[in-house]
Amino acid sequence: MSAKITTEEVQHIAHLARLKLSDEEVSRFGAQLDSILEYVQKLDEVDTTNIEVTAHPLPICNVFRDDTPATSLTPDAALANAPASDTPFFKVPKVLDQETA
Amino acid sequence: MSASVASKVSSTLDRLKRLDPQLKVCISIFSDEAGKRAAELDAAPPSGPLFGESVVLKDNICTRFGKTTCGSRILGNYRSPYDAHVVELLEKAGAVIVAKTNLDEFAMGSSTENSAFFPTRNPWNPEYVPGGSSGGSIVAVAARMVPFAFGSETGGSIRQPASLCGVTGMKPTYGRVSRYGLVAFGSSLDQIGPVAVDVRGVARLLGVVAGRDVRDATSVDEPVADYEALLDESPGKMRIGYAREYFGEGLHPETRRAVEAAIDVYRKLGAEVQEVSLPHSPYTIACYYLICTAEASSNLARFDGVRYGHRTANPTDYIELYSASRDEGFGAEVKRRIMLGTYALSSGYYDAYYLKALKVRTLIKQDFVEAFKKCDVILSPTTPTPAFKIGEKSDDPLAMYLADIYNCAANLAGIPAISIPCGFTESGLPIGLQFMGSHFAEGRLLQIAHQFQKSTDFHQKAPPLS
Repeated sequence: MSAKITTEEVQHIAHLARLKLSDEEVSRFGAQLDSILEYVQKLDEVDTTNIEVTAHPLPICNVFRDDTPATSLTPDAALANAPASDTPFFKVPKVLDQETA
Repeated sequence: MSASVASKVSSTLDRLKRLDPQLKVCISIFSDEAGKRAAELDAAPPSGPLFGESVVLKDNICTRFGKTTCGSRILGNYRSPYDAHVVELLEKAGAVIVAKTNLDEFAMGSSTENSAFFPTRNPWNPEYVPGGSSGGSIVAVAARMVPFAFGSETGGSIRQPASLCGVTGMKPTYGRVSRYGLVAFGSSLDQIGPVAVDVRGVARLLGVVAGRDVRDATSVDEPVADYEALLDESPGKMRIGYAREYFGEGLHPETRRAVEAAIDVYRKLGAEVQEVSLPHSPYTIACYYLICTAEASSNLARFDGVRYGHRTANPTDYIELYSASRDEGFGAEVKRRIMLGTYALSSGYYDAYYLKALKVRTLIKQDFVEAFKKCDVILSPTTPTPAFKIGEKSDDPLAMYLADIYNCAANLAGIPAISIPCGFTESGLPIGLQFMGSHFAEGRLLQIAHQFQKSTDFHQKAPPLS
């Protein structure tokens, strides 16, 4: 693990996370992430050879339920919080150009 | 007799509204709904363990009435189309939900200063934080606005503020209470938990909300005990371990004194007290912050300005729709955690950070398995220090993270834990005592914590408010 995180890396991470950060945020978060990453490097001291991962605290697997039909949200209820909608759809900006569609 | 619930709820609402401007507890107060509900309860024969009792909920628990904001601008106007599982159970038990309470945005924080709306105040001294992230729910009980509340924990968010405000708060075993309708932060860690003045109240609330729910596949079908009845049984031989690592550097001298005095109370009660070791404790916070931020970065991807929540005006394309909506809607701590989590999960860093943390999590869990061979519960301070001042840690994220240093291990291991009041500093701030137990041993945990409240009266002390 290398400690110093570059401006380009911060911008790359922000893009992956879909966060349009201001320049001020990029430099502030960069410095703060540096100090947090330096701290979490403590974990390097721990020998984890042959240690399994714990992704979930309890040994639960393959939880099944009966396949019983039931009512779900109506389209109106599902759309009620949408910033833009045209029943029964959510409205979003164009994703594909006409030429490439 | 027939108007008793209505009058009780109305006087609760009066006190709540009178104290709220100074303590800043509530995001929504449901005067009309609560009044209507009280009238309905008065019209029916009394039934249910919480009949006519007022309850408040942290505002990341969905209700089909009012808003569910998560303390965030991005959900500032969000109205849930459904109730959380705990809401259904509380109403079935006769409870009246009177308000939704303030929190650190998306439950990310340890002081309730990260709310997009306002910081909540500690009722013992308004210049101090109440802790967080369930600060609003905790203060509502501490200030005796309501007898009962629910918060949520991902890493200490009930116990840490309970300790800082002098109330009793519990994080149940992961899977003990359904997470259906709890807005997700760190899904392998999140758990809803009860808050009350004393252990008896917490036991009653837990009995109402515990159990399997098909809508949360991680909720577990373990028998639910009559937790309140267990309190009246003899606890038998109490085997209490104290973790050496939780009494080290950084522990405030007044907190140490109060917790050591609590150990003496148990010795006098005939408990067998012995030192135990949790050798991976120094790695708890590093492990926790990598896992919770990784899970958060994934969970919070749903806030994209499309289906609900804030949407930026006039985006140039769909990428900007997401990224500008999120930048405008999220506060600094939420963005910081999404960034850290995205980094830990990103190509080239996944093994070194995220996978490493999951392996250390296994070792932290094993520490508890070993320790519980020697004792029923592990006793410690809940927090290294009493409440800190508002603003004191706002510019130092890492210092804020370390406020939960004694709490996060229970979340990583998925075990239940409780904080109860055990004293006050000379300046009058509460001090909390924590117990951790093994998976699904809530009954034992409550029983042992209750013995302390039978011998002391710290939990009965209320802050002077007018």
